[in-house]
Amino acid sequence: MTGRAQDLRYWLASQRGPLLAAALFAAMFAVFLVEHPAGASANVINTAANKGALLALVAMAQTIPVLTSGLDLSVGSVFVMSNCLASTLVAGEPLQVALGVAAVLASGLLCGALNGILVVFGRLQPIIATLATGAMYYGVALWLRPTPGGDVNENFADFMTGSLGDAVPFSLVVLAGAVVVIWLPYRKSALGRAAYAIGSSEQAAYMSGVPIARAKFATYVLAGLLSAIAGLLLTCLTYSGEANALLGGSYTLSSIAAVVVGGTSLYGGSGGAIGTIFGAFVLRTISDLLFVFDIDPLSQPLFLGIVLLLSISLGSFRLLKVKKRLDLYR
Amino acid sequence: MTPLLRMEGISKRYGGVRALEGARLECERGRIHAVLGENGAGKSTLIKVLAGVVKPDAGAIELDGKPVALPGPAAAHRAGIVSVFQELSLLPDLTVADNIGIIDPPTRWGLIDQRAQRRRAEQALARVGADVHPLARVRDLALSRRQVVEIAKALARDPKILILDEATSALTAADVASVFGVLRELRDAGLAIIFISHRMHEIAEIADDCSVYRNGRHVATFRAGARTPTEIVEMMIGRDYSSAFPPRPADKPSAPPALKVNKLSWTGRLRDIDFEIRPGEVVGLGGLDGQGQRDLLLALFGALTGVRGSVAVNGKEVRLSSPRSTRGTRLEGGGIALIPEDRKTEGLMLSMSVRDNLSFAAIEQFSRAGMIDRAAEETAIASMIKLLGIRADGIDGPVAALSGGNQQKVVIGKWLMTRPQIILLNDPTRGIDVGTKQELYQLLRTLAAERAALLFYSTDYAELIGCCDRVLIFYDGAIVAELEGEAMTEHNIVASAHGLVSHASTSRAEPV
Repeated sequence: MTGRAQDLRYWLASQRGPLLAAALFAAMFAVFLVEHPAGASANVINTAANKGALLALVAMAQTIPVLTSGLDLSVGSVFVMSNCLASTLVAGEPLQVALGVAAVLASGLLCGALNGILVVFGRLQPIIATLATGAMYYGVALWLRPTPGGDVNENFADFMTGSLGDAVPFSLVVLAGAVVVIWLPYRKSALGRAAYAIGSSEQAAYMSGVPIARAKFATYVLAGLLSAIAGLLLTCLTYSGEANALLGGSYTLSSIAAVVVGGTSLYGGSGGAIGTIFGAFVLRTISDLLFVFDIDPLSQPLFLGIVLLLSISLGSFRLLKVKKRLDLYR
Repeated sequence: MTPLLRMEGISKRYGGVRALEGARLECERGRIHAVLGENGAGKSTLIKVLAGVVKPDAGAIELDGKPVALPGPAAAHRAGIVSVFQELSLLPDLTVADNIGIIDPPTRWGLIDQRAQRRRAEQALARVGADVHPLARVRDLALSRRQVVEIAKALARDPKILILDEATSALTAADVASVFGVLRELRDAGLAIIFISHRMHEIAEIADDCSVYRNGRHVATFRAGARTPTEIVEMMIGRDYSSAFPPRPADKPSAPPALKVNKLSWTGRLRDIDFEIRPGEVVGLGGLDGQGQRDLLLALFGALTGVRGSVAVNGKEVRLSSPRSTRGTRLEGGGIALIPEDRKTEGLMLSMSVRDNLSFAAIEQFSRAGMIDRAAEETAIASMIKLLGIRADGIDGPVAALSGGNQQKVVIGKWLMTRPQIILLNDPTRGIDVGTKQELYQLLRTLAAERAALLFYSTDYAELIGCCDRVLIFYDGAIVAELEGEAMTEHNIVASAHGLVSHASTSRAEPV
């Protein structure tokens, strides 16, 4: 075998999760477009993209702590809180809009930094620490916006949610931007690799001199930032803010599902945000499919659950190969 | 000339256990220094101190005559001290190239330069003569390939002092030869190399200097070749262990074997294991740490999958598919019990009470229709506490509050409650005090007298000699020697465990 072919084989093996998720999404979305009464119109695609991009951003946020075998249960709350903050600040003159956007992103960074401090320096378990801070961030959201409403600069909002050249939904451009500006550099940085190292084996990472505290802290900060970007996009879609607890909760849980469907192990160490993005779109397409196939709304949650269970089962086949039964319980 | 490295007066205690007591080590540039000692002599602790993994209670470390502090592995790396550890420090989910470049990878504009990193990895791999693809995931590599990668990873950091702690234990002879070639080159380039191995012939081949340790103390340092292997073994054993063992019964057990193992193999880690134990016998498993003894115990306990060969209990072949299937209620004449190696994770549920811990394995015996009969449980627990002399304030307190020795008694008691006929013990005296150890030795004999068959793995050779009727010596997943009676001496155990069989009563295979 030539060197290049061998390289390709190893690359394919390492990208199995994302490729599987991408294939699953492509198949499901094709069925959706064929079955949709309006067909593959720009409008249908744009709506699907906008809904998918929101979850994809929140799920990307979730992916990064999960790589270190952590978890961030506050992503949904940060998402809702940024939505409420944006509905107050991102209005008026262009300069004010720019400052507002910066403030929203900064608030996400701040929330993430608090999570990171609690997990890394407070040595709290991530699931509990972020459960608590998530409740706090939701509290802030409620305090910012006790009743739904607010305002957003319409030009900015329409730009963010429109289509680029009537073909490419701009929300996908935002998503691609997050990948190119945040995820890819992170993945290639020493800090990003440290996150994988920690999730793979924290002890071995320590023995290799990996900066564990710094790397873990960074994962939560980035999670906060990505959640805030999602919150900003939500504001542009709805032209308003709402401290919606249900929304936050469902995004948090869906983000974990998207991470798993996208091929990232909850034990950490393998996977990545690209797979997660496809995972998020798979989840969104499931409910779209239920809609075009005219499934009774009352049975939709049941179907959603079954399809989700099947998708995540794809990832657990490795357990059938375990040689030492004790390893199953580690 | 001042030595490159000087460690003086290093002491370290773990709880009541003394790992190092005023140990010293001096290494010079351009020499390979072998560190020798039995299991538990303190070699690994000494090396961990040098690698910044363990903080010593006392002692000083000097590099080039200047005192240094090594608060963590990163600090040791900065000082030019790089170690290749026995337990691998590789990241299983990352690629080989990522692992080799994990510390200060080549960067461009702040990002890791994948191409430069890959080149560096390829060079390091080529240097140790390894046929490993840089993009392969470490998880998918065989153990011997991982060790090669581990060595390549250490070399890629340009160390001043290179430590190899049992780093060649899983390598094939061809790999060892190419690694030794590299070590000689590095030595000639002026590195100080510290080499730990249990294979005496490797040490004879590569070392320039040797230091021997025993019971956490430095015994002697000499030029390689100045002492014979026999003299070195005597130094490692010492002559200072006192007898604390109960007498063996006069007559040999003659009943048909309770456990008969035939051609047992598992994924290359266990190779064609054959032996039998009669009721009333205590059979020891000896040899160096990690030669397959633990895997054998797990296999007999049903915790491994893909085990080939046959196991017969009381002459009847059995299928051991899980720890549940080996319990007394499922096997005629009593089940198989395993006293695990790590009592804190595999033996006890630390936050639960002494009562719950004792009755877990045997709960079916005092349950009726799924409900626990508290009175029957109470009686069984009381008699077990009495038998083992467990000292606890009350049986409803958490087991975590007990001392190490008493915790170990609870682990043993938990399995004795099931009235097993075959008892597997995985290094049960590790980290417990001398008094409790003696009680345990006595208990082993009592159980044997009650016609149990015991298989006893210990890393302490004195214990094997004192407690066992026979000892099976493991090397590389196979039984290489079986020692019995007069032949069961510390000298013979150490010699056959190191692949230096001088004379053994029944030598089973060619030493490797």
